[in-house]
This record gives sequence, C-alpha cells and structure tokens, in this order.
Amino acid sequence: MTALVARGVVAGYGAAPVLRGIDLELSGGGVVAILGPNGAGKSTLLRVLAGLLAPSAGEVRLDGTTLSTLSRAAIARRIAVVPQSFELLFPFTVREIVALGRTAHLGWLGSPSATDRAAVDRALAELDLDSFAERRIDTLSGGERQRAVLAMALAQEADVLLLDEPTVHLDPAHQRGTLLLIRELARARTLAVAAVLHDLNLAAALADRVVLLQDGRTVAEGSAAEVLRQEALDAVFGKGLRVLEAGEDRAVVPLRP
Amino acid sequence: MLSVVAGILVGAVGIAPADVVAALLGGGDGPSVTIVRELRLPRVLAAALVGGALAVAGTLLQGLLRNPLADPYVTGTSAGGALGAVAAIAFLGPGGGVLVPLCAFGGALIAVMLVWRLARIGGRTTVLAVLLAGIALSAFAGSLITVLLVASDRLALRLRAVLDVLVGGVSVRSNAELIVAAIVVVAGLAGALALAPRIDAYAFGEETAAALGVDTQRVAFGILLVTALLAGAAVALAGLVGFVGLVVPHALRAILGAAHRRLVAASFLGGAAALVLADLGARSAFAPAEMPVGVVTGLVGGPFFVVLLARQQRVLA
Repeated sequence: MTALVARGVVAGYGAAPVLRGIDLELSGGGVVAILGPNGAGKSTLLRVLAGLLAPSAGEVRLDGTTLSTLSRAAIARRIAVVPQSFELLFPFTVREIVALGRTAHLGWLGSPSATDRAAVDRALAELDLDSFAERRIDTLSGGERQRAVLAMALAQEADVLLLDEPTVHLDPAHQRGTLLLIRELARARTLAVAAVLHDLNLAAALADRVVLLQDGRTVAEGSAAEVLRQEALDAVFGKGLRVLEAGEDRAVVPLRP
Repeated sequence: MLSVVAGILVGAVGIAPADVVAALLGGGDGPSVTIVRELRLPRVLAAALVGGALAVAGTLLQGLLRNPLADPYVTGTSAGGALGAVAAIAFLGPGGGVLVPLCAFGGALIAVMLVWRLARIGGRTTVLAVLLAGIALSAFAGSLITVLLVASDRLALRLRAVLDVLVGGVSVRSNAELIVAAIVVVAGLAGALALAPRIDAYAFGEETAAALGVDTQRVAFGILLVTALLAGAAVALAGLVGFVGLVVPHALRAILGAAHRRLVAASFLGGAAALVLADLGARSAFAPAEMPVGVVTGLVGGPFFVVLLARQQRVLA
C-alpha cells in the first residue's frame, strides 16, 4: 500500500519558515483533513507533500523514495493535486481538462495513447461527467466544474490525491457531496488522500483522520472526536468557537457575542 | 490558400490571370514572367511565412503567460529582434546578410527571456506585468536603434534596409533568404506542435502545470526559444509587423477552442492568410505606391487590441 511520509519538514518562502518541523503519514484508502487557522501552513504543507516546494530540512518520502530525487513527471504519475483556484482563461472543454491529467504519461511528442484515452473516459464516467464531456468548462456550474477538476486528478491515475480546499466555492450540500465522493474514491481506488479544509464540521463528518496545525506545527492528530475538543480549538483559533458533542459527532459553532 | 492565390494574381501592375498562371508554369512573355515569378511569388510566400510565424509565436506566448493580450509585438520580442537586425546591418555592413536573421533571433530571445523574468517578479504572471515589461523593452530597444541610427554612418547608406526593419514591410532580398526563413519557420512550427500538449497543462497556471508533471523550467525555455525563432525569422523577413500574433490566435481560439495543438496548426494557416491579405491591401490601396504591411496590421490590430484591453479590465484590476 502506498505511503507518503513527511518527517521533520521545515519549509517556507523567505527567511522565516512557514512549516517548522512537521511529521505526517498518509496511506491508501483514507482521507486526512488538514485543519488550522489562516497562516498555519496548511497549503504550504500540501505543496511540500506534492513535491512543488522543497523542504529546507527534513524530507518527504513516497514508498521510501525521497521526493526530491524524482522528476516532475515521475512524481505526477504517483501524486495528483487538485488546485484550489480553477479560474480558466481559455475555453477548454471538460474532456480537454480531464485529459490534462494524462500530461505526465505523454511521450515526447505529446500524443495520447489508447491507455490515456481510456483513463480519461474512466475518470469522466466515474464522476458522472459523460454528458458534459464536450461542453466548455466555463459554461458549467461551480459544482460541475469542481467535478471536472477532480476528474482531471483522477485521470492522472496516481496513488496519492492532495486537495487544497476542494469545497471552497460550493454550497453546503455540494460540499458534503464532494467530500463524500472523495471518500468513496479513496476507498474504491485505495488512494491516500489529504485535503486542506476550512470547514471543521465537514472535516468532522467525513474525514477518517484530522490533523490540526498551528504556526507550522502539528498540535493535534487523530479522529475528529479526539482532535476537535474545546481546549484544543480555544488554543488554536482563540475563544470564539464552541464545540457541541453528540456521541461521535462534533459540531463547531461560533459563540454568540 | 485562397489568399495566396489572390496575392499572386493581384499587384501594382495589372496582369491577366491567364498570364499569371502561364508565368508560374514557366511560359508567358517577358515582363509579366519576371513580375510574377521574381517579385510577387517570393513576396507572397514571405508574407505567408511571416504571418504564420507571428501567429504561432503569439499562440505560444498567450498559452505560456495565460494572457490573451500577449504576442511578439506587444511583449517587445519583435523589438528585440529588430534591434538585433539593425545592429547586424550597422556593424556588419553589406556582408552581414546571413547574420541579420541570426542577430534578429538573438535579440528576440534576449527580449522574450527578459519579459518572462520581469513578468514573474512576485511569483505570478499578471496581464499587466507582461504588458508593462513589453512597453519597457520596446522603448529601450527603440532607443538603442535610434542610437545606432545616429551613430553609424553606414546605416545612412543602408537606410532602405533599416526602414524595412522598423516599419514592417515584406521584402525579399534573395531566394536564399526566403529558403533559410522557411526552414527556420517550419522548424519552429514543428517545435510548437510538439510543445502544444504541455502548454495546455498551463491552463490553471504554472504550479498546476508542474503538479501535472510538466518540467516547467524546461518547457518554458522551449516555448521561449521557439517563440524567438519564429519572431526572429519574421523580423528578418518583414521587420516589425504588429498584432498579427495577437489577433489571429485570439479569433481562432473563439472558434476552435483552446487546445493548443489544433490552435497552433490553425494559427499558422490563419496567420499566413491574414498577412498575405494585409500585404495585398498594402500593395494595392495606393497603387502604384506601396505601403508597408505593418501599417495595415497596425490599423486593424491597434483598435482590436484596445477593445480586448477594455474587456480585460477585470483581469487587470
């Protein structure tokens, strides 16, 4: 089973590191939600896990191989990233967008093989996009567009799926629908999935495991019931949130003033 | 194809279509054979090469920079090429013939690499940064050209050649020049077609392209190199011809969609047709006097650019 393991990762953009020694382990079949306040390092962690940002200390290993020793294409065949913003300037069709997921599999001349086409068809079918395939992506609703970008990542046929706020432009029902879908895909394809989420309730309901970051460090990790406790949230988010408990369910609501 | 036919048929001197066909096939009488085979045919072919090259270069730049307002002219790539060409004419004199295209390529490459670096300051390329970098580069290259013009007495003797470069007129000085340009343009086109699927991967920006498995440094360099080849060849043949690289890919993208392999191929054909027609207009509007083709593309492309810019307000804000 695929494992993506970060050990003692320190990383950032300038002199002061954003991540200050993070350990994280992802393995196939489960969804890990990465939570934390703005500036905690969630997106940076995702970039390091994707090999897009090299850590200044520590390392990320994919099944034992250090990421920085692999080529971009070799990484992309194993790790897919769903971008946070998918603003498109040019009128690509849904099928063309999904086919971008095959970029790392293309030969030097860049022509798609039968395998590439089959992977695209499969991803389109899995996300129920067959009837949208030839539509231009800018004519779709937010939810449909999100599915198209997800299908692009699936067509990559990677073992690891990293998502940066995959539900950010969606209404509550579509947020749940999208995460449920990601969870089912993780199980069906034994993908190792990590998603940066802002919505604590969504994470509580749908993630298998939750990681809480603060100032570039992991402050809590475990099931939602273990991590989303009043003291932990007070410490990380300040005293503005209240945790309601009902059995295994956790709901976080803003305190009335 | 049709425009190539029209370009050969129509000219400053009226020649009956039947005579044109006869001249092309090797028959016909003296003067019209000379006009068709030695003046019109090379010029139409050169215009087709220039238009195709500029449109493909524009397609590549627009895809890489994610910017529908980019083309070799607007980004200053052509100005860099023109500086290279003028410098070659100034320093090398009449013997510099073969080196003019080479220096045009060198100048275009330096300019387009600079724009790429300047536009990326702060980590992401914005429409505005690209345009500003292009303005700065064009002004700088223009000033250097003026310095060369003032400082070099050789240039005064070769004013016609310099003028050709600056105003944008298709002029073919020799068949050898045309053949070299054709080889360069075809090589550039092949490179562009090979790069096209990886340019598609820039649809969501550079970082997503990297996440999709594109070696972004190598691919960006490849795109800039091919762009400079095409723009350099175009400048060497026709000088500064504006807006073909902007208008053609933009119009074709609206019709054919965004996938770059199709767009590159269509832009080559569309750019070739557009410039042959523009050159035809330039030759016939005030016949027998001829305008440089750059005047025509400027007249058509300038307003088009302004309209596009107005529609891009939200991107610029």
